[in-house]
Amino acid sequence: MISGSTGGKAGKKARSRVESRIFIAGIPGRTLEGSESRVIDALVLGNIVEHLHLGDVLFQLFMFLILLALLKKFAWGPLMGVMKKREEYIANEIKAAEQSRSEAKNLLEEQRKLLKEAREQAQQMIENAKKQGEAQREEIISLAREEAERMKEQARMEIEQQRDKAVSAIREQVAALSVMIASKVIEKELTLEDQEKLINEYIKEAGEEQ
Amino acid sequence: MHHEAPLVEIMGLTFNLSNILMITVASAIVFLIAVLATRNLSMVPTGMQNFMEWLMDFVKNIIKSNMDWKDGGRFHVLGLTIIMYIFVSNMLGLPFSFIVGDKLWWKSPTADPVITLTLAVMVVGLSHYYGVKLKGTKGYVKTFFQPMWLLFPLKLVEEFANTLTLGLRLFGNIYAGEVLLGLIASGLATGVIGNIVAAIPMMAWQAFSIFVGTIQAFIFTMLTMVYISHKVSSH
Repeated sequence: MISGSTGGKAGKKARSRVESRIFIAGIPGRTLEGSESRVIDALVLGNIVEHLHLGDVLFQLFMFLILLALLKKFAWGPLMGVMKKREEYIANEIKAAEQSRSEAKNLLEEQRKLLKEAREQAQQMIENAKKQGEAQREEIISLAREEAERMKEQARMEIEQQRDKAVSAIREQVAALSVMIASKVIEKELTLEDQEKLINEYIKEAGEEQ
Repeated sequence: MHHEAPLVEIMGLTFNLSNILMITVASAIVFLIAVLATRNLSMVPTGMQNFMEWLMDFVKNIIKSNMDWKDGGRFHVLGLTIIMYIFVSNMLGLPFSFIVGDKLWWKSPTADPVITLTLAVMVVGLSHYYGVKLKGTKGYVKTFFQPMWLLFPLKLVEEFANTLTLGLRLFGNIYAGEVLLGLIASGLATGVIGNIVAAIPMMAWQAFSIFVGTIQAFIFTMLTMVYISHKVSSH
């Protein structure tokens, strides 16, 4: 690079001419003058050092730092805060959703278990009822049978009694009949005298009684 | 094509008033855009907030492609400010330029090598500062002798080369764009027919300059992060 040590006005002019020659080395014999040469001046790196306006440098630095600080305070900071908040919010939402999902799963599991239990219980109850019904039926039947047996026995006993009664009545009647028959038979064998005697006797008896 | 700069000397420091003006304008525009875009922040982004968030992710990805986010997170704000400031600066010189008398007032601040080199030196300076801060003085010095001590001179040259190329690439691209715009405006657009004829290449070149300006803003940010990551990342 071309050195940028400062020199006088004349020195500068001379140097820029040299530079110009370097620049258009392909075209011999041509030099640049006036504004053309000044364009080249600005493009040559060495001139930067000569044109180093420290004031600009400091101002640029100062402004950039101020801008940085202001933007951080008024724009990027709040924006980052919001973005971070949103990130957290989303993360929280996801976590909550995950949580409620697992909760729902648990609940579902629980409900399923409860339902199963209830079904089992119902089944058991039905079973029990059936068993109980069976037992009850058995009991009723046996009771009925017993009752029937009892009634039959009673009826039999009554029949027996009635028969006995009838038999005894018949026996009595037979006795009376036999007496009657006997008396008839006897009556027929009685003689007239005896009859008379008997009648008299009766009359006598009747009279005595009166 | 070359206009005089409005120079002022205060307390031994030379100020180019045009640069001062344009730096201020660019900074103000960047600040306004950023603040207006992030004025009504909401959890559900709308309008400009979307754009800003996209930009943030964009810069974040640039940083992530160079270093760990654990190390690089602190450069997020720097990257954002650089990309916006340089983009706006590059765009400023495109629509028009003000020339009062012989003095050029309105131009891209990045069309001045002093400005771009200032930014470049700042970036490289920051990379050294954070290199020392994050890796310690020993670790920082060691990077100059890796992978082998023979490379030390090259590493030393590299620092200066990096700084110069970083600043001058930006300056060259933007300055060339403005020179050509000026040439088309002053050289071609003379008279009614000239104006009509000049309109087409003018628009074409402006469109191209927008493209170049965007690319350069991206490249500057990318290289900033590359240089910083060289100094900062631990391998």
